[in-house]
Amino acid sequence: MNIVIVGLNYKTAPVEIREKLSFPAQYIEEPLKRLISNYGLNEGVILSTCNRVEVLGITPDMEKGVWQIKRFLSDYHNIALETLDEHLYDRAGEDAVKHLLRVAAGLDSMIMGEPQILGQVKDSYGYAVEYNTAGVVVNKLYHKVFQVSKRIRTETKIGQAAVSISFAAVELAKKIFGDLKGKTVMLVGAGEMAELAARHLMGSGVKELLVANRTYEKAVEFVKSFCGTAIMFREYQHYLKNADIVIASTGASTFIIKPEQIKDAMKERKFKPMFFIDISVPRNIDPLVNEIDNAYVYDIDDLQGVVAANLDERKSEAVSAEKIIDEEIEKFYRWSKSLDVVPTIIALRQYCDEIRKAEVAKATQSLAGLSEKDKKVLDAMTSSIVNKILHNPIVHLKKDSSKVEGDLYIDTVRKIFELEARTEALNKANGDKD
Amino acid sequence: MSHFFLYITAALYAIATVIYTAYLFTRKDGTVIVARNIFLAAFASHTVTFISRWFEAGRTPATSLHESLTFFSWLVALLYVAILLKYKQKALGAFVTPFVLFLLITASFLPREIIPLPPVLESFWLPVHVALAFLGNAFFAVAFFLGIMYVIQERYLKSRKLRGLYFVLPSLDMIDELNYKCLQYGFALLTIVIITGAVWSEHALGSFWLWRPRQIWSLITWFLYAALLHGRITSGWRGKKAAILSGVAFIVLLGSFILINLVAGGAHGLSR
Repeated sequence: MNIVIVGLNYKTAPVEIREKLSFPAQYIEEPLKRLISNYGLNEGVILSTCNRVEVLGITPDMEKGVWQIKRFLSDYHNIALETLDEHLYDRAGEDAVKHLLRVAAGLDSMIMGEPQILGQVKDSYGYAVEYNTAGVVVNKLYHKVFQVSKRIRTETKIGQAAVSISFAAVELAKKIFGDLKGKTVMLVGAGEMAELAARHLMGSGVKELLVANRTYEKAVEFVKSFCGTAIMFREYQHYLKNADIVIASTGASTFIIKPEQIKDAMKERKFKPMFFIDISVPRNIDPLVNEIDNAYVYDIDDLQGVVAANLDERKSEAVSAEKIIDEEIEKFYRWSKSLDVVPTIIALRQYCDEIRKAEVAKATQSLAGLSEKDKKVLDAMTSSIVNKILHNPIVHLKKDSSKVEGDLYIDTVRKIFELEARTEALNKANGDKD
Repeated sequence: MSHFFLYITAALYAIATVIYTAYLFTRKDGTVIVARNIFLAAFASHTVTFISRWFEAGRTPATSLHESLTFFSWLVALLYVAILLKYKQKALGAFVTPFVLFLLITASFLPREIIPLPPVLESFWLPVHVALAFLGNAFFAVAFFLGIMYVIQERYLKSRKLRGLYFVLPSLDMIDELNYKCLQYGFALLTIVIITGAVWSEHALGSFWLWRPRQIWSLITWFLYAALLHGRITSGWRGKKAAILSGVAFIVLLGSFILINLVAGGAHGLSR
């Protein structure tokens, strides 16, 4: 059985093309079913995100499979194949497995190592299971993918360093405070960015949220979803001493948080560290605050610098992740190659014939004085029993090998008759001939 | 016997130091685990060295400078093992291991003969007094390295350029907390040691306080650490300030230890 992938991503196609090719999740059933019924694939999975559209198919013939998926994409979205073709890439066999593993691990993502893609790959597999387009190969393949992704997450640090501004802020806070439990965050100005940062911080166990906004009503509205406390804007200075993390995002055109205020607040809080995040442009926090002992000020550019540094760190981890993928691929590919129908049938016949011959030999020995003709009759009769018994199973194996459940039958036959060793030997002999 | 193990121990610490250094550059989790395991092997061998020396000498091996440094470095390593078990702080090993190695190499160049113990020192107090004193100093040594780590991490965070060691060093809060704990334990031990020393001195020499250099310097370091802890509790000397002060105090401590041993000979000059 062959695994093929045809698709496009942010590297090969501009967004105008990508959006035309996307498959919205709520309508995924129809294209999935069509893929199997009209395009001769045994199994199929469709992955559609804002950065990529990929169709994975299991097919008896690699080249034909690739061609069929291309036709499917063109037909379904009503775009001429000529315009589409330059944006499409295709991977087959081992390369396809490797591609899928890299995608799932986030190695092929725009932001290296981002974790969302794994969830999207999981969803795409979920749809294939739900609408019955996943068979034994897809099942095994995707379980392998999830297992390898997990291994990469635990053995490398690829997903660890934060690559968005608000996550970077949380991570910095953790490098300063260790644990964020029991810490207090104060927002000065309640904009959208501040909300995002606050949400991440609250998610990391921050105890209290204070919100000061020029329009008090907005602050009240804001804290409702966080169970925080709204404070009057003109009073925020009095609360500075309680705040471990201060996020400023007002529209003010000057510095509103100044070194003198912080020096006073520091004394009152016995110099416990303070972390200032200034996401307003123009800036709201005087950079001189950073000169005060135990105070750390990061503005939007600094946070962007942190994100860039984290990305570099991730890239070095990608090398280790690729190594893990190479290791795992070999194991999987050996299994998927064994699912060819022809070697399975040959092995099954061989197996039965060996039993038959052994039994005939035993019988001939005990029935003394058989003529050559008798022996021939005995031989012909046993052969025909074996052939008749095997007839239906073999017909089904052949006929169903192009259906979703086909590989399941092959896999089952190989298991119950213990044909693994035989087919492997056969494959090896074939491989030598190639 | 103990000499043979001393070389093995030093070799293992040297390998661990090399791998820890590699870890600081590559920042691979796999590397630090290898380094830690070799460190633990070195510590085991160090333990054997210490015990076999104890048997060879027939008393607590902490009278000559060679013995003192071997014992002291063993306690530093032991303390780090304890921190590793409780706090899982792997990066600290990269700082502690070279120090332990340095102490051991210094010890191996010093005269190793077993000096007979002067009768005044033959007492139940010897192992207690010496072990507590060195353990206290081991806490101060670890506090010193935590201080260095703090200063480095603080510089990264202040400069807002995050790279290199930033990724391997623990959070400021964690380092500060550990530093504080080490100072507290070290100070408590130092206090006990000064008192037991006085009691022993009264017992063996007839006076609580003889104004020997060892005693004077102990008192000076005691005041230094007392001031540091007092500042921490009452006026918030935390973070960088506390880290630097604990470093200065340790340098004074180490300097006085080496000076007194070189000038007066081991065991507070009582062995002459």
